[in-house]
Amino acid sequence: MNESVERAITLRWPTALKRHYDVVIVGGGGHGLATAYYLATRHGIRRVAVLERRYVAAGNSGRNTTIIRANYGIPEAVRFYQRSVDLYAGLERETGRDLMHRQKGLLWLAHTEAGVRQERARAEVNTAFGAKTEFVGPDAIRAICPHLDLSGDGEWPILGGSYHSEGATARHDRVVWAFAEGAMRLGVEVHQDTPVNGLIRNGDRVIGVQTNDGPVTADVVVSAVGGHVSTLAATVGLRLPIRTHPLQAFVTTPYAQTLRPIVASSGLLVYASQTAKGELLVGAEIDRQPSYSYDSTFSFLQSSARRAVALLPFLRDLQILRQWTGVCDMSPDYSPVMGPTGIDGFLITTGWGTWGFKAIPAGGEQMAELIARGQTPELIAPFSLDRFRRDRTMADRGSAGTH
Amino acid sequence: MAPIRAQIPCPHCGLRAIEEFIYGEVPSTPDAITDQDARDLDREFMHGNVEGPVVERWFHAFGCRRWMTLRRDTRTEEIL
Repeated sequence: MNESVERAITLRWPTALKRHYDVVIVGGGGHGLATAYYLATRHGIRRVAVLERRYVAAGNSGRNTTIIRANYGIPEAVRFYQRSVDLYAGLERETGRDLMHRQKGLLWLAHTEAGVRQERARAEVNTAFGAKTEFVGPDAIRAICPHLDLSGDGEWPILGGSYHSEGATARHDRVVWAFAEGAMRLGVEVHQDTPVNGLIRNGDRVIGVQTNDGPVTADVVVSAVGGHVSTLAATVGLRLPIRTHPLQAFVTTPYAQTLRPIVASSGLLVYASQTAKGELLVGAEIDRQPSYSYDSTFSFLQSSARRAVALLPFLRDLQILRQWTGVCDMSPDYSPVMGPTGIDGFLITTGWGTWGFKAIPAGGEQMAELIARGQTPELIAPFSLDRFRRDRTMADRGSAGTH
Repeated sequence: MAPIRAQIPCPHCGLRAIEEFIYGEVPSTPDAITDQDARDLDREFMHGNVEGPVVERWFHAFGCRRWMTLRRDTRTEEIL
């Protein structure tokens, strides 16, 4: 347990659920708590309850690989994630908490001519829409990260890449707790061990949620659920374009030298960064079959370690310290789903796939603005659920890093 | 039976590593959706994403190259 958590325990935790709130947010992870935080701080909406099935950050908020970046492949995504990068950069000052935010730069490597074209395109679209990304050749890559094997173990030669200078990491549980603490100090109630068993529908409206302690009504219900969102939505007959897949990661024993940038490769489907303790944190692709299981597998360690070593040969001498699994809500176009659901009184923030952590501040800020003004902000309008019906998908597979 | 995430029982080849297989979803648009456009939309994009037992198809790509049907619990990964 870190000191942020210990300090948070001095907060006043609510004891009993009230029968009504202005806003009920289902899910006490980063997106739910950030939404509550921005409702309280920016819009003065404080009769808010965040209902968490287990404990704060028990789900993917505590299981991700903590990477912050805006180097996406389509204009709408670049703008949205750049907002998140900017909010993250000011979050320590705003919340007064040490979030271990470190700007490291992110190298995205290309091993084929097609990959080189993709990274050139990424740099162009990033520059045009406000993210700091440039195309770099092998010599520049060697200067940025001398640890890389530019031959890719003879199999995956590094022909070029894009360098995203604002790529960063932050300590994930501290981020979530900073939002929880900030919201709770302004009167937001965070209820842990409080599962929501279903939504309550009255005609065309969602009017509340069903809990073990009975119904709780709200003017607005927001689903910020990770992993079980399809089950929650099904309680009011809503079907979602979401499939839930496990994603695994591991950390090694500490490495004495410093690996400054975050290193990612679409071709190898692997990414690595160094934690503050010196451990190397490695993630890879999602499991192919949908699943809600948090089990970890040895075959993941075999395949991802082999690919990571092809890029960073020093990893050969390190040992795997631990591995874990999160479950990712994948959308068909690899973009999030935010906003109205077509059912009055029920908003959703989902489809956070493998890109949820980096989006927490902007996602929370924009959802709060939507709730406060009753109108979808321009920044997230392209990511509405009805884009699938309107044939306006936001395809950005090449930016997920996990496919 | 054991969880799926290491091995899958192929009816033709026996227990084989999961990496040899390709997953195939069986679309399941509810009968309650009757409008044809709505059915097309559902079939293209929406998923039951069931927490519990599901029926699905797997293709043994690096083996006998035949499709098989599997029943699996998505909460535990157990093959049923």
